[in-house]
Amino acid sequence: MSARPQPLIVGAGPAGIRAAQALAEVGLRPLVVDEAPSCGGQIYRQRLVPDERSSVALYGSEAAKAEGLHRDFAALTDRIDYWPQALLWSLREGKADIAVGGASRQVAYDGLILATGATDRTLPIPGWTLPGVFTLGGTQIALKAQGCAIGAKVVFIGSGPLLYLVAWQYMKAGVSVAAVLDTAPFSAKLNLLRGLVLEPAVVLRGMRMTAELKLKGVALRYGVSDVRIEGGERVEGIAWREGGGEMHLACDGAGYGLALRSETQLADLAGCRFRFDQRDRAWLPERDAAGRSSADGVYLAGDGASIAGADAAELSGERAALALLEDRGLPHRPERAAAIEHSLARVSRFRDVLEAAFPFPAHWAKDIADETLVCRCEEVSAGELRRAAADFSLSEVNRLKAVSRVGMGRCQGRMCGAAAAELLAAETGRAIDAVGRLRSQAPIKPIPLTLALGEIAREAAE
Amino acid sequence: MSRHLDIDVAIIGGGLVGSSAALALRGMGFSVALLDKGYCGAQASGVNYGGVRRQGRPVEQLPLSQRAHAVWPRLKAQIGIDGEFLRSGHLKLARSEADMATLEAYKRSVEGHGLDLELIGHNGLRERFGWIGGDILGASFCAGDGHANPRLVSTGFAAAARRAGVHVLESTPVQGVTRNGSGFALEAGDGLSLKARYVINSAGAWAGAFAEAFGEAAPISRIYPSMVVTEPLDPVISVNIGMEGGGIYARQVERGNCVVGGERGLPLDDPDFSRPRGDGALAIMNHAAELFPGLRHAHAIRFWTGTEAATPDKNPVIGPSLTTPGLFHAFGFTGAGFQIAPGVGEVLAELVRDGATSTPIEAFSIGRFGNPTSARTHPGSGAGQNSEPQQAGEFNS
Repeated sequence: MSARPQPLIVGAGPAGIRAAQALAEVGLRPLVVDEAPSCGGQIYRQRLVPDERSSVALYGSEAAKAEGLHRDFAALTDRIDYWPQALLWSLREGKADIAVGGASRQVAYDGLILATGATDRTLPIPGWTLPGVFTLGGTQIALKAQGCAIGAKVVFIGSGPLLYLVAWQYMKAGVSVAAVLDTAPFSAKLNLLRGLVLEPAVVLRGMRMTAELKLKGVALRYGVSDVRIEGGERVEGIAWREGGGEMHLACDGAGYGLALRSETQLADLAGCRFRFDQRDRAWLPERDAAGRSSADGVYLAGDGASIAGADAAELSGERAALALLEDRGLPHRPERAAAIEHSLARVSRFRDVLEAAFPFPAHWAKDIADETLVCRCEEVSAGELRRAAADFSLSEVNRLKAVSRVGMGRCQGRMCGAAAAELLAAETGRAIDAVGRLRSQAPIKPIPLTLALGEIAREAAE
Repeated sequence: MSRHLDIDVAIIGGGLVGSSAALALRGMGFSVALLDKGYCGAQASGVNYGGVRRQGRPVEQLPLSQRAHAVWPRLKAQIGIDGEFLRSGHLKLARSEADMATLEAYKRSVEGHGLDLELIGHNGLRERFGWIGGDILGASFCAGDGHANPRLVSTGFAAAARRAGVHVLESTPVQGVTRNGSGFALEAGDGLSLKARYVINSAGAWAGAFAEAFGEAAPISRIYPSMVVTEPLDPVISVNIGMEGGGIYARQVERGNCVVGGERGLPLDDPDFSRPRGDGALAIMNHAAELFPGLRHAHAIRFWTGTEAATPDKNPVIGPSLTTPGLFHAFGFTGAGFQIAPGVGEVLAELVRDGATSTPIEAFSIGRFGNPTSARTHPGSGAGQNSEPQQAGEFNS
């Protein structure tokens, strides 16, 4: 058959699953590539091995959604191709290089839906690289996928809805939660009252969790700053400032995160144009309301395109698939598409509320101590970055990378890039969007040197 | 914004050649502007492999290469950083008797140039470089060669030039340059006009259009050598490795990462930018794991490639313009410019000051490509940009 190559969906989280479903419904057979061993993404991640926990224990109020997604994806088995534990590490001109089962296979695709998700956003604080410190997402995955806690007495630090959700989940799982340290003042939370109109269930759920934490005696502190994680070989305690006073607490685990950041490397490799998004304080691939990027045949959905949460991811995944169908002249359900766009617009307004309630403490960047590591892969400290910027008169983040190695290591800047940009902006007195964007390079994650050249790749190489 | 600058020398292109020329000229007392369309050292000078190698160069390049050889150990004094320069030695491997014979013939042909090459047989190789696997018959060793960090060296020369008082103008593309009375007039960036007595065209892969503006066409094409780097590892590769006949080159930096090159990337839609091919990168990786068993369990963490100008005879263009007094060219290094660039900078400065240089550069005259009009391509048309020369050089291996 010399038919058109199949559409390719990257990611089997809520966005990828709904996209696959919408394509399969009209008879297209997409290939879904996902790094995880089973579907669900981070938010609805499944256990590595079955245990006695129920869906409600794992996913709380979202259990029905998780079960629905897992079930719907399983029902697609015969109508899609699905490669779990597969890393799409390079993209170019309609061909994807995918590491799967020890070999790299080159796959031609026609239509690409990127549902690559998000990781935690952080800014370096003293002690953040100590064993026992996890990002909030990592803290949650440990519990959800592996059924273990990151410590016996855990402190949660940062900003964003995940801060309270994970603390609550740990408390429910019987772990001692020492404190929740919110970087925003309590007054910021009043913004959530505006959110009651837009997403009453979400806001009330958050309020209920917070109340339960308080009821169980968990210390909720607001407006914390100057946070330092203490310890020799591993986490032993945490210190911070609050209302002019110095505070301290013993703990053996710390979950830390400042909301989420989109995984945009593949959009970059796919040639999508980027714009600076003030709300996410990040460079994001441009897209229209349907999810079309600036590159032909490349569609963006879920948190990988812009942080909006799991419910929005399901919607934007389906919407992107409908856009692909429309662009191919296939049945594409315009009424459904319009309804989705309407819902997504509401989610976006709610996101404004969340951002006001859980603001990102960008001002921390200028206060990062010189000896604190910014790039843990390449072990580059804040002081080294400041010196490099001054010695070489640098004001652009790729140049800072070139002379300091920041963002050059195993994570390719996914963990430290935003912090390096904030630090450079603070150091040079420029706006964050004026210091540029780290260019992505393949491989987007490390791959073994001995990765075999698969058969399809060999053909293409001739 | 309109601004005017009246200077002695305008240098188009802030790569290693341009910035080392700027620094040398400033040291002679000239006022200098160094113009780059992007950032100094961000193109081939900064993203090449980082080989600091004399071995393997055509004999006509050796006087210039020897001159540069003297600069490398003095970097700290000259630009304030050592650029991670390491005199590790350069070992060129032979896979066959024929390759070994080529290495032997090369050694004979460069006698008297100070390279002090040492031929090493199969047993010697096993004894001294036991970490090399694969079917290698022998090698030629140049103990005085080494490697350095291009990102630091190229940026460091530009920063030193700035500190010395050079007008370093980044994100300032030169839109036009014309002969004006006894000097030149340049239009650049956002409303900048310059008057200069001399112009140096060191614009790398973009130099062709400037030469052409003065009726001199150089048949340069573009190459996109691509590199793979591993995660940091314990010491495995102790010398800069090359291969007779090409195919692979490798070095390990002090931090432990191994840098391996040998394949070519492809340009993106905008031919100023390029990216490695996935299958090409895999081929380098597999080849490296085979040649260096110590890398078998390593991961590749990053690929990159750069845009480099190549000439048909693989020699650069260096020297005075044949049509326009006061104009000097230095470009087309064909993947082997990194080591000699600091020497080229000194030569250019001498040419400006004295009209002559003590280093023989006749072989690099732009005149060797014959009648200018016969090789003429339209500026900006992209003609000839992507035709890859046969067996073009490695990327500063």
